[in-house]
Amino acid sequence: MLFRYLFILIILLPIKAFALIEVDITRGNLSPLPIAVSSLSIDEESKESFNKILKNKDMGLEISIIVENNLKQTGLFNPLNKNAFLQNPDIAHLKPRFEDWALIKAQALVTGKVIFIDEKLRVEFRLWDVLAAREMMALTFTTVPSNWRRVGHIITDKVYERLTGEKGYFDTRIIYVAEEGKKINRIKKLAIMDQDGFNTKYLTLGNELVLTPRFNPTNQMVTYLSYFRNLPRVYLLDIETGVQEVVGDFPGMTFAPRFSPDGKIIIMSFAMDGNSDIYTMDLENRIVERITNHPSIDTSPSYSPNGKYICFNSDRSGYQQIYVMKSNGSNVKRISFGKGIYGTPVWSPRGDLIAFTKMHKGKFYIGVMRTDGSGERLLTQNFYQEAPSWSPNGRVLIFYRETKTDEKGEGFSAKLWSIDLTGYNERLVETETDASDPSWSSLLSN
Amino acid sequence: MELSKIFKNTFLVILACLLLSACATQKKVETGQMQGDVYTGTDTVKYLASGVADRVFFATNESVLTTASRDTLRKQGAWMRKNSDLTFVIEGHADERGTREYNLALGERRANAAKDYLMTYGVAGNRLSVISYGKERPIDSGSNPLAWSKNRRSVTVKAN
Repeated sequence: MLFRYLFILIILLPIKAFALIEVDITRGNLSPLPIAVSSLSIDEESKESFNKILKNKDMGLEISIIVENNLKQTGLFNPLNKNAFLQNPDIAHLKPRFEDWALIKAQALVTGKVIFIDEKLRVEFRLWDVLAAREMMALTFTTVPSNWRRVGHIITDKVYERLTGEKGYFDTRIIYVAEEGKKINRIKKLAIMDQDGFNTKYLTLGNELVLTPRFNPTNQMVTYLSYFRNLPRVYLLDIETGVQEVVGDFPGMTFAPRFSPDGKIIIMSFAMDGNSDIYTMDLENRIVERITNHPSIDTSPSYSPNGKYICFNSDRSGYQQIYVMKSNGSNVKRISFGKGIYGTPVWSPRGDLIAFTKMHKGKFYIGVMRTDGSGERLLTQNFYQEAPSWSPNGRVLIFYRETKTDEKGEGFSAKLWSIDLTGYNERLVETETDASDPSWSSLLSN
Repeated sequence: MELSKIFKNTFLVILACLLLSACATQKKVETGQMQGDVYTGTDTVKYLASGVADRVFFATNESVLTTASRDTLRKQGAWMRKNSDLTFVIEGHADERGTREYNLALGERRANAAKDYLMTYGVAGNRLSVISYGKERPIDSGSNPLAWSKNRRSVTVKAN
């Protein structure tokens, strides 16, 4: 009998030691994982150097706050209050006293160290499993000091990936349309910001109406619709150089542009004599191809991640519905059959889902369905919201929502919101101005 | 006897109230200046010339011209033929209750419906260009059916 117990004990012990923490992101998470993000330790000299060039009092603390905020936004983690921490950052980073961290109920611990060396920012960080009392990950990297916010995002990406088993989405940017002014004459500018709302830059001046910006896969180019000289056309903008050009030479309005997954093609609608069809233009050889040829409105095309299929919006059945076809335009199939009408289909980066806007009985919904139209799931409902865009890991959608105006036509606003694929964790995404038409970049670092 | 009289009177009063309130709701629809959900009023309308309205209105999701719209466009066409040195831009618009990209296409379709009708009335196509603003330039900033009906429009604007 005793032997038998001993045997079980021997088997169980190592298993327990290896039972590492895991975060399940496939369901709505009602008990977020308690995680302690220690301030990154920093020596006085480095602190002063960073302060001199970045006006940043404590780089170690600032970076850890970025990580905390990112983790909190996911709804999957509960970053613990730093006031409760018993161990100093420098010692914790060398050898955490796990009992101390377990005492405050932390299950995971992030520690780190940041130094100013050769005009560069060098950071190392570790992720610890508090209950198993072991290191889960350690990483070091060096970058220019002005990239310090990205350092926080990259650390979050690594922590998120280690704990959830999926790539993160924190070292990313959002391009959107910044809006100001009266509803009847909105001033619109292209704007770009970090995923957490920092580092906003305006890419156009607001002299002409601009709409629907979308990144290319490397995030260096943006395609969008501009009303420059009152000719609504699809444009291509190089974010670094600011150089813009019209895409193609169409004798009418082009709109609803997106890049192909390899970045070589722009797919868009071209409207002529009251009929909108889908076209592509190859950016290398400038060859234009017509993809749909139907007297109905065909618009909002979006490629599958392997480039073999296109989902799009058409009213060929009488009302707006979602269709899928091969990328050469053959095998057109309607996939939306629920009550109401459907718009803005966009293929998930994982390939398995299509997100959309649905309109039914005066309400607007953001939802997802499988690529054959089955398994429709509505995530959020409101007076007006549309245009979902996927996070690069396919776990979160960002979209915009407009408010109803009052009887005098006042009180209009447009804001960005995000929601998890689970339908939980709906959040306002803070922007400097009103905002619409968000598009999420891919991961900037990999 | 007395009691039944009171009942009878009360009944009549209630009936009268119901009738009056029915009238009130009906009147509201009329002052709403809509037929179906097409705007029929003149609140936002400007005039290209005396008696020549500059815009026509559409039903939700539609680009079909109503009888009133065709009448307006015939007047525009007659006036355009008399003023053959003028060229025009026809702006197509949608209300805020639709997705942005689809509304751009819908606005283009509405503007072309007006353009096509003008051309069948003898206005040369090269005098008429179209532009769609989708839902970007509402004329009424309200979020109600009447405001939306004013915004579903195509507007003929002098270009020179």
